Amino acid sequence: MSEASPTSSESQSANRPRVNDVTISVATSNGTGSQSANLILMRSIFNMGIPVGAKNMFPSNIQGLPTWFTVRASAAGWSGRRRLIDLCVAMNEESVVDDIAQLPPGATLVLHKSLEKYAQRTDLVVHVVPFDDLVSGLVKEPKLSKLVVNMIYVGVVAHLFAIDMKEVERAIQRQFSKKASAAKINLDAATVGHVWAEANLPQSATHRLERMSATDGKIIIEGNQATALGLVFGGMTVLGWYPITPSSSVAEVTIDYLSKYRKDPETGKPTYAVIQAEDELASMAIVVGAGWAGARAATATSGPGISLMGELVGLAYFAEIPAVIVDVQRMGPSTGLPTRVSQGDIFSAYHLSHGDGKHPLLLPGNVRECFEFAAESLDLAERLQTVIFVMLDLDLGMNLWSSDPFEPIAKPIDRGKVLDEAQLAKVGSFARYKDVDGDGIPYRTIPGNPHPLAAYFTRGTGHTEAATYSEKAQDWKGNLDRLTRKFDTARTLMPRPVLKAATPGQVAEIGVIAFGSSDPAVEESRAELASQGMAIDYLRLRALPIDREVREFIEAHRVVYVVEQNRDAQLASILKAELPERATALRSVLLYSGLPADAQSVTEDIVRQESKEGRA
Amino acid sequence: MSHEAAAPPAAPKPTKAPALNRLSLDLKAYKGANSTLCSGCGHDSITNAIIKSFFEYGVEPHRVAKLSGIGCSSKTTAYFLSRSHGFNSVHGRMAAVATGSNMANHTLLNIGVSGDGDTASIGLGHFLHMVRRNPQLVYLVENNGCYGLTKGQFSATADKGSLQKGGAVNRMDPIDICALAIEMGCGFVARSFSGDAKQLNQLLKAAIAHKGTALIDVVSPCVTFNNHEGSTKSYPYARAHEELIHEVGFVPFFEEISVDYDAGTTQVVELHDHSKVVLKKLERDYDPTNRRQALELLSHAQENQLFLTGLVYLDPSMPSMAEQLDLGSEPLATLPAEKLRPSPTALAEIMETFK
Repeated sequence: MSEASPTSSESQSANRPRVNDVTISVATSNGTGSQSANLILMRSIFNMGIPVGAKNMFPSNIQGLPTWFTVRASAAGWSGRRRLIDLCVAMNEESVVDDIAQLPPGATLVLHKSLEKYAQRTDLVVHVVPFDDLVSGLVKEPKLSKLVVNMIYVGVVAHLFAIDMKEVERAIQRQFSKKASAAKINLDAATVGHVWAEANLPQSATHRLERMSATDGKIIIEGNQATALGLVFGGMTVLGWYPITPSSSVAEVTIDYLSKYRKDPETGKPTYAVIQAEDELASMAIVVGAGWAGARAATATSGPGISLMGELVGLAYFAEIPAVIVDVQRMGPSTGLPTRVSQGDIFSAYHLSHGDGKHPLLLPGNVRECFEFAAESLDLAERLQTVIFVMLDLDLGMNLWSSDPFEPIAKPIDRGKVLDEAQLAKVGSFARYKDVDGDGIPYRTIPGNPHPLAAYFTRGTGHTEAATYSEKAQDWKGNLDRLTRKFDTARTLMPRPVLKAATPGQVAEIGVIAFGSSDPAVEESRAELASQGMAIDYLRLRALPIDREVREFIEAHRVVYVVEQNRDAQLASILKAELPERATALRSVLLYSGLPADAQSVTEDIVRQESKEGRA
Repeated sequence: MSHEAAAPPAAPKPTKAPALNRLSLDLKAYKGANSTLCSGCGHDSITNAIIKSFFEYGVEPHRVAKLSGIGCSSKTTAYFLSRSHGFNSVHGRMAAVATGSNMANHTLLNIGVSGDGDTASIGLGHFLHMVRRNPQLVYLVENNGCYGLTKGQFSATADKGSLQKGGAVNRMDPIDICALAIEMGCGFVARSFSGDAKQLNQLLKAAIAHKGTALIDVVSPCVTFNNHEGSTKSYPYARAHEELIHEVGFVPFFEEISVDYDAGTTQVVELHDHSKVVLKKLERDYDPTNRRQALELLSHAQENQLFLTGLVYLDPSMPSMAEQLDLGSEPLATLPAEKLRPSPTALAEIMETFK
């Protein structure tokens, strides 16, 4: 991603169309089959070698409510959400008034003919398309027409921006590779749209897509799929889960790949076990029971599930049982926007459960890290004998992202400090909760170990080093202090943050810290701010607890903006607790609309806060 | 005793060697820490029955995983089999914790100890779903009809009309754990009494031999909070009302049956490991392999407030969770790392599908 690339239309000539820099929004209603048409539109652009990202903004509903799919093609590689839409395909009467109202002047509107009466704005380029007439020439069956009509707009958009119809065809063949008849009818529909548009509409005067080679060898994948692969390749052996949006596909895709790639080559038996539990309490109890008995166990959930898992997470913390929780974050409880993005579980996950307790969090910022961190989480859980959270969010987890293919994991699987029979015989003594190595991490044995010293009794909080029952003050406090030492060891084992200086080798006045799906928006915002003369260093946080680098970064800058997608400044409050002496230097940029993070909002907020200081 | 002191010194008695089981272990090898429960607690009798049964069956202690939730009953896993790993987990969640443990290592023998609060109230959902999955687990409910550790509140198994220590009357019908387990497809359902050591011993050994979930609901009086007049879970009440459905006998696989049983008075059911349950008829004609009859018996007992004990239902053929998961002979917990990570070629193949 080049930071020197032009990012605003001003730098381009007003007469010539902008090349490979367009944002398309398709407004339909849920359950009409628009998803495959939208994926084909996205992939057609990808096939032309143009970097492209997609965001599906869908309702908590199976059929009927409005849904939007945005496709952003960006030669510069910006993959965050863009607030301003260049072209809107309006197919849904329920949302059409708002869809039209929010378009910037000069934008193009492709409008279903039945919605023509809504086209009152004179500052838009409006193309009314007789979708119903066009589809009736193709299919008669109403249910099928409803599905196929979406492919017609793909043909129309292809014409407007000069998308190569050969690439549309390739994308259709790929989408319907197992169903030749479906491929044919969809291709026919796209062609009908394209032919009609060629005959009736001029090509876009403002935007154009041209072949490049930036996507050669790349993959397109969702964060949840990448996470699932991470669990499969990370050697997870037990999965206990309960369906919840937006995390369900983590478990579902994991199950798919487990069944294909995780059979013992000698016996043909599975090297894993999966249970869909009765609730999240049970999924976590399964993970804790399995981790205790020696499995590499994981679950995937979202905020409401995290709340339910709290008590068991507290037990796992004190009993020191390895466990992995993938949290695909969404908005709040109950009907609290389960299909909208948020990073609102940072604080609750970090401190989950009753009594004292802090848990390491992995914060992948792209699909590749979803894969790597999911695998790594299983090693960290066993190494640290504790609960590790892998914190995704809906944007990262459920939207499609372009990436280099994932590399095989080089590091061998780490089972941590486990004493088997022979090792125990050699050591000659065993106390389950004794800090032998000074790093706060004790040794453990796995049930079934026949050595006479191996067995111990696991209970929650009140225990001695030898795992016997105790309510003595010194035992209790000593154990808590050792757990603090263990947490300090965790600081050194977590993935390092990624540092990007505005000017290499120099320290700018302003720093920004962000994580997860905010990354593309923050990168784009930095480029915008740089063009306005504001240099900003960037630390992308990839894990909690923080270590030296984060501390030094915050100490080195006059002010550090912490960008996060929640209202309560959750990460900022954790950082302030770590560095109370720098609390006033930490400012928040908070995004909590439920929409994926966008660069413009970040830029505006930083500019606003800097101008208050008279610095911008 | 002064006359004994005056007696001539007796010749030293030959010390009797402790009895050994088929693994050459003595009973002591199956004991645990000292109990911290109230003196006379029914749970301690059950602990002794567990120690005796595991000893007699000759279970290797390190092959056992002990699991429990929270409550007086759940503490007892520390009081037996100190050479086995134990896990005193979370209130009401032991059924799910045991499910996970069984997934990780299905070659261990699990024993779970729960109470009526743990199983019939906070953990009822998990209990039922565990039964549906049928992991191997000897699941004991030490049922005293009250919450002992929080000082005597009614539990969901308290009988209608029974009295709390302070005189409060229980107005609700009890939950019958055994009936629910049969409804959910449990293949081994028994009811017993902590004061009936002989029956409990036979039932426990049969439960050890069962390949899936074996539920034993044991009425176990709480001497401190629920042993008064008006309680239907007290020692006097249970002693006066216990009625045996049949006489339960157990012949482990490693012993030959030397007697021919009269088919008219005795029913023999073979378990998965070729051990045999021998049921001798008493007053009633009862076939515990008949699911409908079992449910009818429990319903009849509930309606008439009868305390019937014995093996209520037995179906040794139910596939266990490990069988349903198609697990191999090596537990997942100890599979070598190289079997847990697909090859780089597999990853490359998957990556192609995303291009």
